[in-house]
Amino acid sequence: MTAPSGPEKRYLDALAAGRFEIQKCKTCAKHVFYPRVVCPHCGAGELGWVAPSGRGTVYSTTVVRRKPADGGDYNVCLVDLAEGVRMMSRVVSIPPESVKIGMAVKARIAEGLVEFTPA
Amino acid sequence: MRGSVAIAGVGLAGCGEAPGWSEMEIAAAAAKNALADAGLTARDVDGIVIASTNIFMSGLALAEHLGVHPKFTESSMVGGSSFVGHLVPAMLALNAGLCDTILVAYGSNQRTGTGRAEAGRYKMALDPQPFEHPYKPFNPPSSYALATARHMHQYGTTRTQLAEIAVAARRWAQLNPEAFSREPLTVEEVLKSRMVSDPLTVRDCCLVTDGGGAYVLTRAERAKGFAKPPAYLLGVGAAHWHRQISSMPDLTVTAATESGQRAYEMAGVGPKDVDVVELYDAFTINTLLFLEDLGFCKKGEGGAFVSGGRIAPGGRLPVNTNGGGLSCVHPGMYGIFLVIEAVRQLRGEAGARQVQDAAVALAHGNGGVLSSQITAILGTQDTL
Ligand SMILES: [Zn+2]
Repeated sequence: MTAPSGPEKRYLDALAAGRFEIQKCKTCAKHVFYPRVVCPHCGAGELGWVAPSGRGTVYSTTVVRRKPADGGDYNVCLVDLAEGVRMMSRVVSIPPESVKIGMAVKARIAEGLVEFTPA
Repeated sequence: MRGSVAIAGVGLAGCGEAPGWSEMEIAAAAAKNALADAGLTARDVDGIVIASTNIFMSGLALAEHLGVHPKFTESSMVGGSSFVGHLVPAMLALNAGLCDTILVAYGSNQRTGTGRAEAGRYKMALDPQPFEHPYKPFNPPSSYALATARHMHQYGTTRTQLAEIAVAARRWAQLNPEAFSREPLTVEEVLKSRMVSDPLTVRDCCLVTDGGGAYVLTRAERAKGFAKPPAYLLGVGAAHWHRQISSMPDLTVTAATESGQRAYEMAGVGPKDVDVVELYDAFTINTLLFLEDLGFCKKGEGGAFVSGGRIAPGGRLPVNTNGGGLSCVHPGMYGIFLVIEAVRQLRGEAGARQVQDAAVALAHGNGGVLSSQITAILGTQDTL
């Protein structure tokens, strides 16, 4: 417990400063998302931080239906990053129902969150 | 462990709407009914088991309410699968001689209870899930929608095939006077109903009802002395690989592949030996995934398997014979109702929906977002 904070705060603080960083295990070399204390791949290992390429592929997608008065429909999806980890996110700049499985996307940071646009 | 413990009594209470009843009162009412079904009272209980999303230290609360001073208490909470999962520690405790008569109970006023929106906000504040909640998935439907979309993409499963699952559940519910939704339902009506989280419509989603259930578990040699024929626990297995949907390794394969295998091994049976199947159908995709993962059909063939009324009344495989979470009852956590319906079928007391000569029943619980998977196999005296 020598780090100044847990990995979750470390991740969110970096994001707030405009940096999207994920963990990589120094033992098994696999990437890790979401940020953790223990590597879920090898069960051991020290986890360091790296900047992912930001390239990803939509693994699955849904449109959450919401009344127009409450802001209308929006996209929620799962994106597989090129580094081999999956995250929940959303694809923006196209209609929510136009987001398709297999679509190539790239990451950006908006309001302290990672979201994606078509690549 | 096979056949070492048996369910001696089952009971329901408050299913549908129970306005003015607290969750613990509904659980206690179900407990009273289950004990009466076994010819017992709360005085005979020395093991207390319950799970609750809302009641803090629920095991203490239920024992206190019933006036029981238990020798064994268990209140593991793994979502809706809990009450199938409780069979594992209950079986071990009975076999170890820690206690003799275990009561497993559940109650919820999810439909008519007050303050639920406020409670939801408090829960989210206590357990923020910062890697999902900011994207506002409408959960649980959105998580199951993501699994559905992936299955459709990978295997060509159609919304019509999923709608057949909802229609089959409704047709069973029409044979069950205790079911909540019994009006006719067609595939077209499911397809045209309001979209909640694509591709799931409101008719692909389970009911929101009140309701409680309970069962009484004892060692097999004692079970013979009770009022009704016992349903023996032949096998049980549990597995989970994730909590949040974003951490599920493959959205088309659940941990039921593993829980089912463990349960079949303990029971010494396979899917071909199962006469009646109770699957946790929080959403239509659940039924399809569990039919595949429990070996009733091959991976990817669930859509074709459920077509043509195969799992409906009169079909080849009776699935969710009470009407399921889709049409019978679903008060937040459905797990206990799977066990109760399986027992009723094995006793031959299911009325118009009775599956003829049912000797082996499978009850499969699901918790979280396709997360916790627990399979139990029950059988009549003849299967021992
Ligand atoms: Zn590692």
